[in-house]
Amino acid sequence: MNALSLQNLTKTYSNGFEALKGIDLDVEEGDFFALLGANGAGKSTAIGIISSLINKTSGHVSIFGHNIDTENREAKRCLGLVPQEINFNLFETVENILLIYAGYYGIPRKEAKVRAEKALKQMYLWDKRHTISRRLSGGMKRRVMIARALMHSPKLLILDEPTAGVDIEIRRSMWEMMEEVNKEGTAIILTTHYLEEAENLCRNIAIIHEGMIVEHSDMATLLSYINVNHFILDLEKPLINVPNIKGYKFELTSEKVLNVAIPKKNTLNQLFEQLSMVNIQVKSLKNKSNRLEQLFMDIVQ
Amino acid sequence: MNTFTSLYTIIYKEVRRFLRIWPQTLLPPAITTSLYFLIFGRLIGDRIGTISGVSYMDYIVPGVILIAVISHSYSNVAASFYSTKFQRHIEELLVSPVPNWVILVGYISGGILRGLLVGGVVTLISLMFITEIQVHNLFIILLTAILTATLFALAGFINAMLAESFDDISLIPNFILTPLNYLGGVFYSVSMLPEVWQKISLANPVLYMINSFRYGFIGVSDISVELALGRIISFVIFLTLISLWMLDRGQGIRQ
Ligand SMILES: Nc1ncnc2c1ncn2[C@@H]1O[C@H](COP(=O)(O)OP(=O)(O)O)[C@@H](O)[C@H]1O
Ligand SMILES: [Mg+2]
Repeated sequence: MNALSLQNLTKTYSNGFEALKGIDLDVEEGDFFALLGANGAGKSTAIGIISSLINKTSGHVSIFGHNIDTENREAKRCLGLVPQEINFNLFETVENILLIYAGYYGIPRKEAKVRAEKALKQMYLWDKRHTISRRLSGGMKRRVMIARALMHSPKLLILDEPTAGVDIEIRRSMWEMMEEVNKEGTAIILTTHYLEEAENLCRNIAIIHEGMIVEHSDMATLLSYINVNHFILDLEKPLINVPNIKGYKFELTSEKVLNVAIPKKNTLNQLFEQLSMVNIQVKSLKNKSNRLEQLFMDIVQ
Repeated sequence: MNTFTSLYTIIYKEVRRFLRIWPQTLLPPAITTSLYFLIFGRLIGDRIGTISGVSYMDYIVPGVILIAVISHSYSNVAASFYSTKFQRHIEELLVSPVPNWVILVGYISGGILRGLLVGGVVTLISLMFITEIQVHNLFIILLTAILTATLFALAGFINAMLAESFDDISLIPNFILTPLNYLGGVFYSVSMLPEVWQKISLANPVLYMINSFRYGFIGVSDISVELALGRIISFVIFLTLISLWMLDRGQGIRQ
């Protein structure tokens, strides 16, 4: 069964802006799924509709087979949401936020306390349980939202840019946590700006651009599309003009740093021979790490 | 069972909220009404003598209690639901499987309980100014108080749904509620007004509530109590339907 299925989903905001132009998407049970897209692509709009925060204009959404229009409460029970913006009561303690939220799901207080302890420990927030949430750092606030989303043990967890603006150490612990939750059988949909994050964590991926899905496949297939390697070359001497060598794409980022795109069929030896011929000496080179980012740019342009 | 837990959670949260900030929620009405009783009841009332067969002080006590109930049930829901919306934790309710009627009943109950609690405090304070409270019909007193609190809690809820800024939730209390309260016959009997104004006063719902409530205490009313209660109940039903319809549409809370 699909954890999530979107059919021809559209959204036109009241000002006439068409944020979603007919989206189809299927996410399997237990999957770890990346939803990528530039700012304003429509990710949060789609997530808002799935989680009943935004009214759709047309189309169908079902969560574990429950249509959100006809089986709204069953659908909601399957879903956990970590929204992009902080949306808990800033004047409430961390533990109370979780207990009240569990109450909304009909979980009795005694049981909720047990679950809150587990979720807060998992998010490294146990010692902050009596802190008024307003006093927490940005990273902690985000983890409160993750802990909150876990209170009713959802079968599908959607995280809208959970790691944005969070420092690397915390980000790493969030990755571990997400993998752990996923291993326990929860399907995860993740939107993120850090493409290497998606590359490392996710098995399937969709790319959304200007309200349309422009790519929907598994990560391995997608990465195999990449038939170009990118390198950054440090030059011995400053360069004024970008060299013009057939088959390679160059870009001068500063006078002694040259970026180059090399088709996979070519070897580095061939490149260096050509560079020597035009008298360019390379001191060192770096692999441009973010492969997915390049692919992403290629797809949306 | 599940739904009951959700409802209980909202009510618990609402009650805890106004109890926690009691210096803002319970203290001011105690002070204001003490002043009413002192100035209108004692200082001025002693010169007025009797009205409808009772002392002026006895005459105004029920109305003063009821306008405290009105303004606090209203402002509790208006402020609490607006800040839920403003701080965005309304999203917690929208995402979770809480039916709309539970959201409505939960918030309204918070307002009703605050209104009745404040009403109780004001009643106790009135005992410092009058030796005993006359009770003509306790059932009418409680029924009117609960219905009035419900009606104004609903009005506060609708106000919060429509409000786009904090100013919007003080607009209605200042420009509609206060005049209705003062023209609702707390401090005078409508029979003292010229005939035209008597007719106009009949359009004021607060007049019915105050008269019905006062009837419960002193057994005297300017208008029929059955009519008054009937009117209040139909207003309650009407505002409940409007609130549910707005929640269903997601008015002001869902794009
Ligand atoms: N309430 C709104 N009214 C009008 N346009 C909106 C509203 N919310 C979002 N948009 C627009 O819809 C587009 C998609 O936004 P969003 O879904 O937040 O994108 P993303 O999450 O991918 O960055 C953006 O162009 C945004 O400006
Ligand atoms: Mg977004």
